[in-house]
Amino acid sequence: MARTDPKRDVVIVGLGWTGSILGIELAQEGLDILALERGEDRSTVPDFRYPQVIDELKYGIRFGFMQKPRNSTITLRRTLDEEAQPMRRLGSFLPGDGVGGAGIHWNGQTWRPMENEYRLRSYVEETFGAEIIPEDMTIQDWGVTAEELEPFYDRFEYMAGISGQAGNIKGEILEGGNPFEAPRSRDYPLPPLPQTTDALMFEQAAKAMGYHPFPRPAANASAAYTNEYGMQLGPCNFCGFCERYGCINYSKASPQTCILDALKRYPNFAYRVNSEVLRVDLANDRKTATGVTYWDEEAQEEVTQPADLVILAAYSLHNVHLMLLSGIGEPYNPQTGEGVTGKNYAYQMNGGTTLFFKDVEFNPFAAAGSSGISIDDFAINQIDFAAEGFIGGSYITAGQSNGQPIRGIALPSGVPSWGAEWKKGIGDWYGHSMSIGSHGSNLAYRDCFLDLDPTYKDRHGRPLMRMTFNWKPNDIRMTQFMRSKIEPIAQSMNPDSWKSSYKGDGARYDIRPYQTTHNVGGAIMGTDPNASALNRYLQAWGQHNVFVMGAGAFPQNIQYNPTGAVGALAYWAAEAIRKDYLPNPRPLV
Amino acid sequence: MTPKFLQSSRRGFLGGTAAAAALTTLAVPARAQVEVVPLDRYQPDYLTAGEWAFVMAACARIIPSDGDGPGAIEARVPVFIDRQLAGDFGAAADLYMEGPFNPGSDAYLGTQTPLTPARIYRDGIAAVDQWCTDNLGSPLAELEPEDQDTVLRALSSGDLNLGDELREFWALLVQNTKEGYFADPRYGGNHGMQSWIYIGFPGARANYLEWIGRNEAYPLGPVDIAGERA
Repeated sequence: MARTDPKRDVVIVGLGWTGSILGIELAQEGLDILALERGEDRSTVPDFRYPQVIDELKYGIRFGFMQKPRNSTITLRRTLDEEAQPMRRLGSFLPGDGVGGAGIHWNGQTWRPMENEYRLRSYVEETFGAEIIPEDMTIQDWGVTAEELEPFYDRFEYMAGISGQAGNIKGEILEGGNPFEAPRSRDYPLPPLPQTTDALMFEQAAKAMGYHPFPRPAANASAAYTNEYGMQLGPCNFCGFCERYGCINYSKASPQTCILDALKRYPNFAYRVNSEVLRVDLANDRKTATGVTYWDEEAQEEVTQPADLVILAAYSLHNVHLMLLSGIGEPYNPQTGEGVTGKNYAYQMNGGTTLFFKDVEFNPFAAAGSSGISIDDFAINQIDFAAEGFIGGSYITAGQSNGQPIRGIALPSGVPSWGAEWKKGIGDWYGHSMSIGSHGSNLAYRDCFLDLDPTYKDRHGRPLMRMTFNWKPNDIRMTQFMRSKIEPIAQSMNPDSWKSSYKGDGARYDIRPYQTTHNVGGAIMGTDPNASALNRYLQAWGQHNVFVMGAGAFPQNIQYNPTGAVGALAYWAAEAIRKDYLPNPRPLV
Repeated sequence: MTPKFLQSSRRGFLGGTAAAAALTTLAVPARAQVEVVPLDRYQPDYLTAGEWAFVMAACARIIPSDGDGPGAIEARVPVFIDRQLAGDFGAAADLYMEGPFNPGSDAYLGTQTPLTPARIYRDGIAAVDQWCTDNLGSPLAELEPEDQDTVLRALSSGDLNLGDELREFWALLVQNTKEGYFADPRYGGNHGMQSWIYIGFPGARANYLEWIGRNEAYPLGPVDIAGERA
């Protein structure tokens, strides 16, 4: 069974953050748009309503809003000579599923990268010399600058109603904000959230040590807000069920709260759910796409959907998978370093120290996703890479985001994981611990990449994507450096006890415990068609009517949570399409 | 009938006053009035009688009843586990279950067993009970608690090796026991929200704005998704 549907101007693959942004921006041009979402439809009501969604087992543990590995997964190996095995159960990262994508279940941390992160290779070479870059490190420049992207960060932050405190407005350093951030054109649209006890304690300790604490920029509204599309947010009530959950309260910025109801009013926009795109179809000369082919779950048939413009807006990993399956860009070859699609997959190097205070009541269940306090005194633009022996940086931060008990109760060293002592431990220590974390960069390496698995297939018979990834000494040195900065802060706070968890020498990637859903690279942007899959406007070098959104474009990972940059790049690409591409469709570079 | 909003915490959220004491005597949580089947008369959906006895015994050692706070038995964790194994979780409904399977792969690559969680319990219980019978003369459930602990410690350390396909059995058993202890009571465990009361987790209240930044104990007891209070 198969059918061919009438041609559309635009087909968008995936209806999360970037699909929604591109959808509404291109709908304003009057184009006939179809978005294809492989998961289910989702709306605040009924899908995120109170109290049904306040269910830790269903959503926090069984991952009710995430992709099911049965429907979509990857294989993993750590080295080129290891046999990759499928990720049969979710663990390390949690791609979203359904309308809204990961945009419904994030915590809401919304950062801008440092200026030097967009031109990391040039910055390192100019500042410290090319010789400090390890032989196997394949870092690149993005091909855009902080200055060029600033208006698009501003756009995303004002669309999403970000709560925060500016540290640098047009070069003027402002007390209470991040003094090390790139200049921004104006303050955040909403003031910072109130801070929890752990964050206030960290702020005081950091200040006493001469650091520069500031509130984390949060996509949890601190006050009522209406955005440019007329969508309204209400103030966050610190329900303690943010990450892994849809927001009960219209407070967390998401496609649902910020875009979709406005987008659905455009008669020239339509979307289909349970419609999984199988491949991008290319013209015979392979220089353009002719549309996509998708699986219509309801009709149980393959559908050919012709379109003039194809926007890949699925999760970063799935965009790369579709490119590999469709022949968009030469697949990357780690032996020769040639090829571009799948190149420079990177993750996030995090670590942390947990502090125990028997006389402090942290009430960890009283939490927003991204309230908290950070310092950027050890950010990537504050470190002498030559002196310290690594390239990278971290923000250091405290701020509880939930107190859900199945997801884990921190216990002091020596308390066993079961039995009478464990039970005593949870009674003694629930609500009496806090943590200080390091959220750090993860750079790109010759043998960290994505390609098609030779053995395992998905439910449509397509090869799974294979991830080759491991931790590298440079990034382990970075996180150990952060440990050396965090532990003195922790000790200065006089906890009853504390314990640390940072990657050490020889650490290997473990796909089982949750780490972060910050999978980047594989469809990287850049200035050279032989070294990047996309040009600076997220346009495929080889097929000018294919644009690829998401963190797959990052040539290596930044030290921050990716959503701010993903949102800014989406608006940047949307403007290029609207102003430059649509009047004259062609390669923009 | 007591209005719903007066069906207050057994901890007494007004705490210590005469009024609170009077209210507390009036306040009988609706859920407590519902008859629950005693565990020894519970008819499992998935587990056999022998497997039920094993799960009862193992849970009672993973979260024992003595000391402060409920044990897994008071929380009715075995009911939770039985229901989970009878449902999507037990059937590996969300997992990627296509071969080839290499269950002996490096553990860091994640589970690679061809067995569903329900099957891992079935085969794992059989294997441990066989080991107990061969070495200690009876299945786990009939051993003294000290001997049960010895067996479970051997299982947790890997000294009692069940083979690659059952490698996850212990981790699943501990994880599922904690899930049943802390999950919303709608899933059959956390009976009377006792574990939430014990640690001070307010369950599904989900509204704490006025409590942010206050270093003092939160005064209200938990509510569950069904709207019951404890």
